[in-house]
Amino acid sequence: MTAPPNDCLARNEWICGAYLTSRRQILLDAVGQHLRLTAVSVLVGLVIAVPLAVLARRRRWSAAPVLGVTTILYTIPSLAMFSLLLPLYGLSATLVVAGLVLYSLTLLVRNILAGLRAVPEETRQAARGLGYGPIRLLLTVELPLALPAAMAGLRIATVSAVSLVTVGAIVGFGGLGNLIYAGMNTYFKAQVLTASVLCVLIAVAADLLLLGVQRLLTPWTRAARA
Amino acid sequence: MRTLTDAWAWLTDSAHWAGDDGIGHRLLQHLVLTVVCLVISCLIALPVALVLGHLGKGGALAVNISNAGRAVPAFAVLVLLLLTPIGSWGEGPSVVALVLFAVPPLLTNAYVGMREVDRSIVQAARGMGMTGRQMLFHVELPLSLPMVLTGVRIAAVQLVATATIAALAGGGGLGRIITAGFNLASTPMVVAGAILVAVFALIVEGVFELAERLAPVRLRGSR
Repeated sequence: MTAPPNDCLARNEWICGAYLTSRRQILLDAVGQHLRLTAVSVLVGLVIAVPLAVLARRRRWSAAPVLGVTTILYTIPSLAMFSLLLPLYGLSATLVVAGLVLYSLTLLVRNILAGLRAVPEETRQAARGLGYGPIRLLLTVELPLALPAAMAGLRIATVSAVSLVTVGAIVGFGGLGNLIYAGMNTYFKAQVLTASVLCVLIAVAADLLLLGVQRLLTPWTRAARA
Repeated sequence: MRTLTDAWAWLTDSAHWAGDDGIGHRLLQHLVLTVVCLVISCLIALPVALVLGHLGKGGALAVNISNAGRAVPAFAVLVLLLLTPIGSWGEGPSVVALVLFAVPPLLTNAYVGMREVDRSIVQAARGMGMTGRQMLFHVELPLSLPMVLTGVRIAAVQLVATATIAALAGGGGLGRIITAGFNLASTPMVVAGAILVAVFALIVEGVFELAERLAPVRLRGSR
């Protein structure tokens, strides 16, 4: 089956079991890099987005500029975004992370803000009446109630990040995108297809994982529906 | 700052505007690719979405296709198409990939727009004896137009972005200036190309924004 002159690698077939076994380490490394780049960017994005959304909610004047800037950032195509960051970060993984953070910001800020705005005024007033200060109100009332909307944004941001990491191949840090890029230059069909399918699988797995986390974090939404 | 002035110098050098690899030609390629693919995508997606929305069927497909589209990397699709027989058609892979990524937002927004039309209005139209076709064209479509146009705007911005990535897989357009810059290790050229792409995308977004503002009041969304 794996006789060198006539196996699926030599025939350059799309689907090739021999590719999976012979390039296992390369694939694992690429998946690892892909996951690291995605996770770091989404987490950094989240750390920046939460205070921005809270600021936009608390200080009415800041909502328009915050949303405006993040929307403009989101309009810039990914390849251009990475290229614009080149003078700042050079050919590095940081460049890819920085670009992805800027994209996830838009989705996260918009969704967290929508979640915070959807907290009923009566709920906030009830909490204030119980003597909650602004910080306690935010942490124990507003943010938990904004969780479903925030998690929806987090899921979209994560799935987008998984697919955008591939463009990082232009600077050599694209996770599975590197394999797609190299496979394109050598017309290596099995490599391109395998890496592409893995990308989609990672995106779906991440989405399902976050959906599970959301269910765990917001048990009351299930109770209400049942 | 140094890089920005270098990029500016690169952009304003008239030698870089002429010829097949020049900014002028790349800009035209990008524009043609975006417009042609937007028209093709609208022709494919809008009739399907309007009919599905009118019949109230296929909602799960129309809504979920956008989420699925987000999970598939444009770059992967471009390279996959390049390695299929379509790859030998010149701009074939770019056109097919662009259309594939522009259809989901068009479909989802038009479908949701159609379904969000007030049911009582639709029932009133039916009560007046309108046929299905009349209801679609005289009641549902006009009322869902703001959402349909939002879909067109999202698709257009998506097209500009995907057309840029197409350059990675050998397609034409402004992205080629960026990839050429990387190949030549010329940061000013990369940045200049990126500025062109970013400005192009923002202008497209701006044009739609402006069109929305200038549109007659009844076409405006609730946004």
